[in-house]
Amino acid sequence: MSIINDLRSNGIRATSRRRGDAGIAFLFLLPNLSGFLVFLFLPILATLGLSLFNWPIIHPPKFIGLANFRQMFTADPAFGHVVVNTLVFVLAYVSVNVVIALAFAAWLTSIGPGSTLFRSLLYLPVLVTPVAVAMVWQWIYAPRFGLMNWALSLVGINGPNWLGSTDWAMPALVLMCVWQLFAQNMFIFVAGIQAVPATYYEAATIDGAGAARRFFHITLPMLSPVLFFGITMTLITSFQTFDQVFVLTLGGPGDATSIMGLYVYSNAFRFFRMGYGASVAVVLFALVMFVTLLQFWGQRKWVYYEST
Amino acid sequence: MRAPDRPRQRARVAIVARTTTSYVLLIFLCALFLMPFIWMLGTSLKPDSEVTRVPLTLLGSRIEWKNYERMWNTFPFGRTIINGLIVATLGTLLCLASSGLAAYAFSKLHFRGRDRLFLLYLATLMIPQQALVIPLFLLMNALKWVNTYQAMILPWAFNAFGTFMLRQFFMSVPGEFSEAALMEGAGHFSILARIVAPLATAGFATLTVFTFIMYWNNFLWPMIIASRPEMFTFPVGLGVFQGQFGTVWNLMMAGAALSVVPAILIYALSQRYIVGGLTISGLGGR
Repeated sequence: MSIINDLRSNGIRATSRRRGDAGIAFLFLLPNLSGFLVFLFLPILATLGLSLFNWPIIHPPKFIGLANFRQMFTADPAFGHVVVNTLVFVLAYVSVNVVIALAFAAWLTSIGPGSTLFRSLLYLPVLVTPVAVAMVWQWIYAPRFGLMNWALSLVGINGPNWLGSTDWAMPALVLMCVWQLFAQNMFIFVAGIQAVPATYYEAATIDGAGAARRFFHITLPMLSPVLFFGITMTLITSFQTFDQVFVLTLGGPGDATSIMGLYVYSNAFRFFRMGYGASVAVVLFALVMFVTLLQFWGQRKWVYYEST
Repeated sequence: MRAPDRPRQRARVAIVARTTTSYVLLIFLCALFLMPFIWMLGTSLKPDSEVTRVPLTLLGSRIEWKNYERMWNTFPFGRTIINGLIVATLGTLLCLASSGLAAYAFSKLHFRGRDRLFLLYLATLMIPQQALVIPLFLLMNALKWVNTYQAMILPWAFNAFGTFMLRQFFMSVPGEFSEAALMEGAGHFSILARIVAPLATAGFATLTVFTFIMYWNNFLWPMIIASRPEMFTFPVGLGVFQGQFGTVWNLMMAGAALSVVPAILIYALSQRYIVGGLTISGLGGR
């Protein structure tokens, strides 16, 4: 991807082109490509196909054209909520995650010894099974005996019934997900900050730039490609969130936290509406693709690539 | 003499004060951050009668180690752990092999459309798991593979992430090495096995860690494909356990605590590779 690597591989290009690597390359790619074909390309095509069928699992599938999508957008009152919930969740989760990860990355690279220890502690939840994390937070959010409301009561706040309230269940879900996963971005941003040449900071310091100016005028622009990578990956994965919401709220109360990743599962495997589930999956995929392309289109405006 | 010294001394005091504040604040935030785990452990060791006692205390009047025994005996967690290990180990091996071969083709071989094909690979990262599981379930059902290990393993062994990560590592193996071996008549497979792979062991180690964790923690697919309790993986078992004993909080927390053990173990054993992997994927995006 970087220029150095391209130059390196140029070294053997002359000889191997004469040899022609296409045949051997095909052999090397065969296991992976056949796996992709069977477990990725065919299923995604099948999902597209299934979305055109009405298939309550006990009856044979019946071709209904675009009726699933028509139903989704005109006759399924839950679907609108699900889309809005998904967008709210993704927007809140990604922005809070990235801001906190960036703040901690900047902070931890600025202190001396001990930064590795702090980073390790913050990373621990990333590795813990999401199901277990959601179980713990369910207990934390318990209205009367939960840690959260106890902590709030210390400062005189009468905490809500987090997971029982249509207003508070979504923030509770976002908070838990950020707590569990922000350190992944933090690590990526730390690596990005450490890759900024120290001479830039030295020069800026000599010119009298304070910490804030150095952050906004050196760290942030130099970090922008890494930031872009982190935001894009977080966006893509957040649209698929399932485990946490399945265990914490199962979409409730009502459909206050019902998001698309869960809605696909519920339709296909709880209500056994395979065709309808597939059509929701198609919309989810389209949404992820649209947002990712939007990201790539938008990056020209704010991502700074060094020209050398 | 004294006059010019004073500002410098004051500056030094300011720096010490700022560093101390920074550390104190960090320690406080980290403690707050770890509270869920501490609270989990505390609850898991409380006697039944004290779990929902107000005012809240971190620990009960006595430490009830028995809760862990009860948790272990009320649900066959041992079996779920064995299943999880089998699935994660075999899946990781398969992923390493197929990604290693593909990464070699994408980094060391030259053929028309190579980089375009690689971009297509990367684009598959956008496909949500939910967009695949319905046909995959129908496929496994047709193959009579429901409740089998191969059904849990195969669909996720071929992913662009593995190929991407190993390619990043293979790129840093100088081309001259494979060039020289080619001159001497070595085949590409032996170049990969004898030269490139040994020089990229860190890459394989990194991919091992991330793939293993991915398999171990995966929940959606094993839940769909494993309906018989003896085929449950650990997260599925934990989910079912929660469904059955959801309000017995001390046992719940003991079950959750069980899942923190492998997390700590994996991090302690492979911290270097986790950090390296996050670094290379982050910087590789540039």
